[in-house]
Amino acid sequence: MGGGTNSYAEFEDTDLIILWGSNARDTHPILFHHVLKGVRNGARLYTVDPRRTPTAEWAAGWLPLQVGSDIALANAVGREILAAGLENREFLEHATLGLEDYRKAVDRYTLQYAEQITGVPAAQIREFAHAYARADRALLCWTLGITEHHNAVDNVLALINLALLAGHVGRYGSGLNPLRGQNNVQGGGDMGALPDRLPGFQHVENGELRSKFERAWGVAIPPERGWHLSGMLDAMEHGELKALYVIGENPVNSEADQHRTVRLFESLECLVAQDLFLTETARLADVVFPAAAGAFETEGTVTNSERRVQRVRRAVPPPEGARDDMDILIALARRMGVALGPRGAEAVWNELRSLSPMHAGMSYARLESENGLQWPCYDEQHPGEMYLHGRLWERPVRGPRAPLRPTEWEPPVDTITAEYPLRLTTGRRLDSYNTGVQTGAFASPLRMREALDISPADAARLDLAEGERIRILSRRGAVEAPVHIDPALSAGLVFLTLHTPDQVATNMLTVDASDPKSGTSEFKASAVRIEKLGVPA
Amino acid sequence: MTEGPDPRTPVPRGPLPETPPRRAPRKVELTIDGRPVSAPEGATILQAARELGIETPTLCYLENLTPVNVCRVCVVELEGSRTLVPACSRKVEPGMTVHTDSERVRHSRKLVLELLASGVDVSTAPDFARFAERYGAQPERFAAGATVAQPVKIDNELYVRDYGKCILCYKCVSACGSDAQNTFAIAIAGRGFDAVISTEYDTPLTDSACVFCGNCIGVCPTGALMFRGEFEMRAAGQWDETRQQVTDTICPYCGVGCTLTVHAQDDRIVKVTSPAEHPITRGHLCIKGRFGWQYVNER
Amino acid sequence: MDLRFTSAAASERERAAVDRAAGSQAPARDLLLPALQEIQRRIGWISPGALNYACRRLDVPPADGFGVASFYGLLSTAETGSIAVHVCDDLACRSESLIAGLERSGVPVRRSPCLGLCDRAPAALVTIAGEEPREIAVAPADASSVMRAVRGLPAAEPAAPIPQFGSAGLRLLRRAGQVDPESLDAYRASGGLLALRRARQIGPREVIREVRDARLAGRGGAAFPAADKWAAVAANPAPRYLVINADESEPGTFKDRVLMESDPFAVVEAAAIAAFATGCARIYFYIRGEYPLATERIRNAVDRMRHRGFLDGLDIEIRRGAGAYICGEETALFQSIEGYRGEPRSKPPFPAEAGLFRRPTLVNNVETLVNVPGILIEGGPAYARRGTERSTGTKLYCVSGDVERPGVYEFEFGITLRNLLRYSGCAIADLRGVLVGGAAGTFVTPDELDVPLTFEGLRAIGSALGSAVVMAFSRSRDMRGVLARIAHFFREESCGQCVPCRVGTVRQVEALKRGDTGLVKEVGRVMRDASICGLGQTASSAIESALARWPELMKEMR
Repeated sequence: MGGGTNSYAEFEDTDLIILWGSNARDTHPILFHHVLKGVRNGARLYTVDPRRTPTAEWAAGWLPLQVGSDIALANAVGREILAAGLENREFLEHATLGLEDYRKAVDRYTLQYAEQITGVPAAQIREFAHAYARADRALLCWTLGITEHHNAVDNVLALINLALLAGHVGRYGSGLNPLRGQNNVQGGGDMGALPDRLPGFQHVENGELRSKFERAWGVAIPPERGWHLSGMLDAMEHGELKALYVIGENPVNSEADQHRTVRLFESLECLVAQDLFLTETARLADVVFPAAAGAFETEGTVTNSERRVQRVRRAVPPPEGARDDMDILIALARRMGVALGPRGAEAVWNELRSLSPMHAGMSYARLESENGLQWPCYDEQHPGEMYLHGRLWERPVRGPRAPLRPTEWEPPVDTITAEYPLRLTTGRRLDSYNTGVQTGAFASPLRMREALDISPADAARLDLAEGERIRILSRRGAVEAPVHIDPALSAGLVFLTLHTPDQVATNMLTVDASDPKSGTSEFKASAVRIEKLGVPA
Repeated sequence: MTEGPDPRTPVPRGPLPETPPRRAPRKVELTIDGRPVSAPEGATILQAARELGIETPTLCYLENLTPVNVCRVCVVELEGSRTLVPACSRKVEPGMTVHTDSERVRHSRKLVLELLASGVDVSTAPDFARFAERYGAQPERFAAGATVAQPVKIDNELYVRDYGKCILCYKCVSACGSDAQNTFAIAIAGRGFDAVISTEYDTPLTDSACVFCGNCIGVCPTGALMFRGEFEMRAAGQWDETRQQVTDTICPYCGVGCTLTVHAQDDRIVKVTSPAEHPITRGHLCIKGRFGWQYVNER
Repeated sequence: MDLRFTSAAASERERAAVDRAAGSQAPARDLLLPALQEIQRRIGWISPGALNYACRRLDVPPADGFGVASFYGLLSTAETGSIAVHVCDDLACRSESLIAGLERSGVPVRRSPCLGLCDRAPAALVTIAGEEPREIAVAPADASSVMRAVRGLPAAEPAAPIPQFGSAGLRLLRRAGQVDPESLDAYRASGGLLALRRARQIGPREVIREVRDARLAGRGGAAFPAADKWAAVAANPAPRYLVINADESEPGTFKDRVLMESDPFAVVEAAAIAAFATGCARIYFYIRGEYPLATERIRNAVDRMRHRGFLDGLDIEIRRGAGAYICGEETALFQSIEGYRGEPRSKPPFPAEAGLFRRPTLVNNVETLVNVPGILIEGGPAYARRGTERSTGTKLYCVSGDVERPGVYEFEFGITLRNLLRYSGCAIADLRGVLVGGAAGTFVTPDELDVPLTFEGLRAIGSALGSAVVMAFSRSRDMRGVLARIAHFFREESCGQCVPCRVGTVRQVEALKRGDTGLVKEVGRVMRDASICGLGQTASSAIESALARWPELMKEMR
């Protein structure tokens, strides 16, 4: 099961909070309210981020690492915890596996070596390691700064290793929490929108589980895993994938290396887009289904970063011609000669409950009256779990032990060279979201013209003035943008968002190198150079 | 290598969550309006009175903010206390004898309402008229006195600030400050009757620290702070709450899962709020949740 | 904090002023007011750029910083010249002709509430901002003495600061005018520091016992038994703080100023004894901003005593008020020291439990403390034999108004109002009334002059000793104008936090002007019943007492 192990309430009642690769102040503002309550209650906040973000401004400790050096930092923290004898030996002995392999693997990540790679001073790494290991309760959280890398899964494993070392998982106020970037990215995975899972994280390769679904649905389910998004793009490249049905996504703008995405989409035999708007992706499509806005015009549920399933309700009717995603799917299936089963959100949900044990106890009536419920929730008496993996503290441990999984640091794929001397990283701003399809519609007083954020040092070196228009080039493409001089950036680092592809098509620059396991692209690390246009600001 | 079930199979039944044991709070016995009541230690007189079904008027109090007890409309008579005490913040103590409807209490509440209504435009304060009627407030007794009347401030697309309607309850400052948003874009400036809610040097919001979360509007009890859309609809005579439907849903943006209470009039979204009692938002949202629904109307 | 600032930048001089106050320390909110005061002293006003710089240095949100800057009367957030002349237009000074004259000659006059110089009325305070900032109190002030000060020339100090100068029997005032207030050796030669020595010999518990035996009551207005307060603080966990409330701002009150100016070592010695007895490791003096000489003398006394090791183990900070009567209220004073607007807190919790920085705090008025060395020298029981059963010891009275010899008088508790007035040369036959206790006090009529000036004596006639103001008004006085000035004072000095006081003080002014006794009483009642702090609770006290005694005043007003 993959999900944040803790609840927001625990942020207010813990001793140490790490936000690793997360600018929660801007990207998860209401979660950050809980973080600040925790800080006011005495928790120490650490943030690990190449940028001095607004989040970092609240932190007791800010570790300004080089983009993509996370594993080196994490391994050095792990090594230091072991070297100082601060690991939780009893927990490691009873509840984990692989300590000795881990110890060997991290041995070369000395504080000094890590300082060379990460740029974070050795003393600061040491202090951080000791603070984490000594805390009674500690929450380790991350966002896309960890997962938008070519080695995303290894990045996550490196962090999980730290929690296991210190015994900071499976307890109230201690755990590991990916802060989800989209309102139902958790729920999508929970519902089986993963290449290898059926709803409720039930593995498609497990015959017993698969046959349960086959019986319920009356169809045969292919027994092997499918492709994730990067895999699909590769399959298009190899001519193995010829038709694509895109629901509520705008990959033309949101995927790395936009030239390539457009080329591949244009090569498809059939592209179907289902969206609220005629997005860039929809413009390429052979068929477009106008959809209702999920949050405001449909019924259903979404699941948040604390595994809380909550009801989405129809507040207004969709515009003429636009239909609920589910209706479109059912109608399409009917045209294809298949009756998909019960209609209506609650009926579909109840079918899910009958097949996914972790959702079994979540009736609509309970979701209504209990402000949603946190999975797992096995029956109607089960209150839902506040935090996960408490079993690791049972003696003997019930179920499998948690393995430490050694990982090795590798630099980002798009290397910095004399020709491309700057590291471009990407992220969100407070008032905008992804490619701006939704947020572009409201007049935010905070929104400025999209600009390339650059450090004062680089601006001076390149003789750039605030607002000056420049060209940014990567190995894949080029865009033009004004510059914004931002003291939150250190020399060598520049920053763009994906919010306004009509102004700055950032994904012309980004690299499509992706993680083989998660399929996530390395949006966080491209190599670029800047050319002056010779036009005054 | 590993013991136990196949890791790909969900564990059928987990343990119930083990949270730190919650000590049952001690109970405090007191008397309110001649009736005995038992309240948990740390509760306020206001909460204890609610247990008895006694309605106490409040203006500056909200469940999701730290009490500032400045409006004084909730004052009650506490035996042994020289002055009246604010029910919203005074904690219960064993043996207290409280009167919530004595002549002295009614007088203070009436005068507080009169003092406010004689200097502030309370026409869009939802609870005010009801309180004024209950206590027989006649603000016209103070007519021709100083008021806080002033031009409406409109310096951005999202908010309107009409400080002629401001009763200086501090709620917006608390919500912008350490009770929720921690942005501190506004504070009380000046002193006495001349005190106002202000950015530094009355800088326009667009140049201030404001992040346009709208949490100040969410807590304003008088309509001094208003969403621009609502303000304009009201000005045009189009705002009609009897034609509005209110529906709870979940924000479409990040993965925190904030509950949005959608106010729709004639099938168009006109406002978004959040329930104060929801454990995730406690009534507070960010700019995207609060204002990022425009795309729905624009299709 | 992720603070955001406007683009306004500070000048080099502004930055230097902030750096001087903020030092090289880590950002600390409680340095905000000192930083703003330093900008005011050096530049003359607080510009947006200067505020931004101070807030950045101290990690304070700029809107919040502006809220603080705009709260205090001696700070300006609007651009002004470097010279400001604060002329007292309060009850004792009656300086209308002086103000008119100064305005005619183009001096930048600012009307000020009582400057605490009523013994030498009329009074003015001249401030000159610049690299060598000057603050000059001028009293008695006339056009030429003010102009001298505006040119930066020092004002003459009065030769004899008290009318009873040289009298035997003075206890609190015995050194005033007799002993060099800037010399530690002179202080020691006159018996100074013996009490501190004795305190250290007998230990904290015994010190508190002596104070208890003395039945010393607080002189700040509430008359709370000092020993009870001390014992309560001593019983609470460390760290504990001692705050000396020297923010004497009640109109007509100037006794603490006289003590600090004329016997500063005694004030510091007394504070050191109190800190020793209650286990406070840190002392804050909060001295009224309009008292430059008193501040200088206390600072000098602290420096000299520290230099000679008498204050080892004690941190002492001297903070200055910035023009806010409300900061004399103890919890508002804490807020001010902590760098916030001087808005009183709700009580409970009381300071002994959660005071300055939410720690157990002993707050004492200057006069209260100055009694302590004498108590330790002669012993509590001996002290308690002076005065009356319920008001022990001697008392300082601030006599001003229509008397020949205004000033601070020291008498054993029990002297009647009539005798005090006689002593100060008041023409009793021509007396209309006496304001006792200050603007927050009550008027008494010539029929009531035989009241003993004790806590219990005044309470018996519905009055209160308060800060021991005794201000005489002859029949020639415009009593309507006096009441209007009192009402105006509270309107100006209300912090604005709670509705009864913020709006009530305005409605009080208006109802008085209209002559509506009924409304004055109703507004007075809600302020008394429902205000957060003593300011609002007493804002109608003097006015209502006048209307009760002279109902015809309202008829005259209509």
